[in-house]
Amino acid sequence: MQNEPSYSFSALAARFHNWLDAAIESDFILQVTELIITGVLLLVFLVLLCFFLGYMERKVAAFMEIRLGPNRVGPKGSLQIIADTIKLLFKEGLTPNQADKFLFNLAPAIMVITALLAIAPLAFAKNFQIWDLNIGLLYVSSISSMAVIGVLMAGWSSSNKYSLIGAMRCGAQIVSYELSVGLSLISIVVLAGSMQISEIVESQANGWWIFKGHIPVLIAFVIFIIASTAEINRAPFDLTEAEQELTGGFHTEYSGMKFAMFLLSEYINLFIVSAIAATIFLGGWMPFHIGGLDGFNHAMDYIPSSIWFFGKTFLIIFIIMWFRWTFPRLRIDQLLNLEWKYLLPISMINILLITAMTIFGWHF
Amino acid sequence: MLIEENHIAESGEFIINMGPQHPSTHGVLHLKIWLDGETILKIEPNLGYIHRSVEKICENLSYRQFSFLTSRMDYLSSHINNEACALAVEKAIQIEATPRAKAVRILLAELTRLASHQLWWAAIGLDLGAVTPFFYAFRERELLNDIIEQTCGARLTQNFIIPGGIMQDIHPDFQKRVKEAMQQIKSKFDEYDQLLTGNVIFQQRLKGVGYLSPENAISYGCSGPTARASGISCDVRKKVPYEGYDQLQFNEIVRHEGDCWGRYLVRIAEMRESVSIIEQLIDNIPDGDFQAKTKAVIKLPKGEFYQRVETARGDFGVYLVSDGGNTPYRCKFRSPNLSNLSAIPEIAQGSKIGDLVAIMATVDLVIPDIDR
Repeated sequence: MQNEPSYSFSALAARFHNWLDAAIESDFILQVTELIITGVLLLVFLVLLCFFLGYMERKVAAFMEIRLGPNRVGPKGSLQIIADTIKLLFKEGLTPNQADKFLFNLAPAIMVITALLAIAPLAFAKNFQIWDLNIGLLYVSSISSMAVIGVLMAGWSSSNKYSLIGAMRCGAQIVSYELSVGLSLISIVVLAGSMQISEIVESQANGWWIFKGHIPVLIAFVIFIIASTAEINRAPFDLTEAEQELTGGFHTEYSGMKFAMFLLSEYINLFIVSAIAATIFLGGWMPFHIGGLDGFNHAMDYIPSSIWFFGKTFLIIFIIMWFRWTFPRLRIDQLLNLEWKYLLPISMINILLITAMTIFGWHF
Repeated sequence: MLIEENHIAESGEFIINMGPQHPSTHGVLHLKIWLDGETILKIEPNLGYIHRSVEKICENLSYRQFSFLTSRMDYLSSHINNEACALAVEKAIQIEATPRAKAVRILLAELTRLASHQLWWAAIGLDLGAVTPFFYAFRERELLNDIIEQTCGARLTQNFIIPGGIMQDIHPDFQKRVKEAMQQIKSKFDEYDQLLTGNVIFQQRLKGVGYLSPENAISYGCSGPTARASGISCDVRKKVPYEGYDQLQFNEIVRHEGDCWGRYLVRIAEMRESVSIIEQLIDNIPDGDFQAKTKAVIKLPKGEFYQRVETARGDFGVYLVSDGGNTPYRCKFRSPNLSNLSAIPEIAQGSKIGDLVAIMATVDLVIPDIDR
């Protein structure tokens, strides 16, 4: 903390906290006020992020598919996504006649809430975290697996057979791939010796785990990317939506803003998954350090930590988007085969390797 | 008896209706599917959503007019359908198209076949969830469509072939543009292979899926690439040559896999064959008239006439009964898609919903041709 760079958010946050502390007498009201401010800021951040991710996805797709992408509304089409949002806001939110109306309308909210909750322990920059709880990774993986409830609820309550099939696929898919994601997370927990996000990032001060941990961590990284792509229902694992088979899957019956909330939660989940991968494998906000080279490390520190974090996150987001525009979709039995016959056994052996590596200190 | 008929599903069975509005039925096909979980127990195709009574209308049109309707049937092989109509009439009145017209007809037919297979390649990627191939294939299909548009004015439902020849002479730039397009298309085949053919997920989705045995292919009357992938040699261009296909060097692609992967490979190989046919002909278009002399009002002698051609999807036949007048007494089209569709319930049984999409994509259905 002694040589805190001036661009750090923590100084700003501390100043703001002191100012509020002086202004508000009661501790309880102070905490509630800060909670509300954080929540509003988070929502604004996530909406902006989703705007950007939506724009990015269309531009990445256009780049790979020899087309132009949005280029009419605003400079280079940058306002297109805002125009789309306005359009979705004014669309009629339909509820099918035979649907279970309560669950049908609750499902999109659950999707967004679970996505929002999972963002709490992420470290966006040095000393800049909403909630640095000691079981950060466990919290993220357990909260993000709750998304399956939203999908099942949406699919079941829609009173549409395609939606029901989509929801059932989702149940099979997310629950299975959760295992590989969890094992990949645990492999880093073993190495770092903590589940706390801040400590995991600090443990990479002399090199990121993907470099320090040799091949086993690389395997864990690849498995994590594959399994989490499946967990957030993105192509080639978008079987729950599978437009060509199920005409939209679990969200066939949703329109307007309710549909947009599914989209919102998909993008937030994409961001969370990429941020977690960046945090545990690529060092999070930790600049590119090499153990022992102090001069080089010091030079790297001059790049703001938030740029490191977002740079790594968006690299992974780009890779996951790249999958979508290159691969065909798997079939449901192939999808489950991939998980139960390949990814899970490999991760189990891998975690043994990593444990051995940690015990004997084979990593750097 | 009535109760038994109304009893449509066992307990535990699940019926979904795929189509008439469904992204991967490529039109208004309605498939009623009995499911156990994701496994298909039974399929019942339900036709009739696009019925336009083409055959009946044809009976009220003159022999010069009636081929216009056939280009709206299998709209991806419209040149070839027109060719069949023209050939049937030519057979009846015993004239022959001029050599120049014959060469242009073959060229246009192969360009159409190539464009059709390209659209199929685009659509199979899309059906299996890969969007990018769609744009890549359309990039090259656009070249062909531009050439066809320059030649005969239309991009999709062309009507250029008339009894005795072609409607007008080809555009002066035709040869140059076709050669350029062929160069470009040939260079992109490897890119197609890298993007889709070589993809592990794609191969897994197709290999061993939707097996059509040679016996079934024959008994259901399948034709075209669908039957040739099951080891049936049935290319009309080779078996009953018309227009002078017998003077050209090309291979009939026959594979023995019988599954979706076989059907995929047949079409991929046929695209290369079409390019080779076009390249053989493009520098050797004979000079001379593009139309033979025919009467303004064509009257067919009394009798029955039948002509088969090979469209992009298989054996297309035109059956004409004439009573000596200037309109057909009875007109019947034998379309490849109806027979190919009839095999789908058989081959899709026991596979998954995702497989059904792959099967429909590799059988390459054009719905307006099924129910005319």
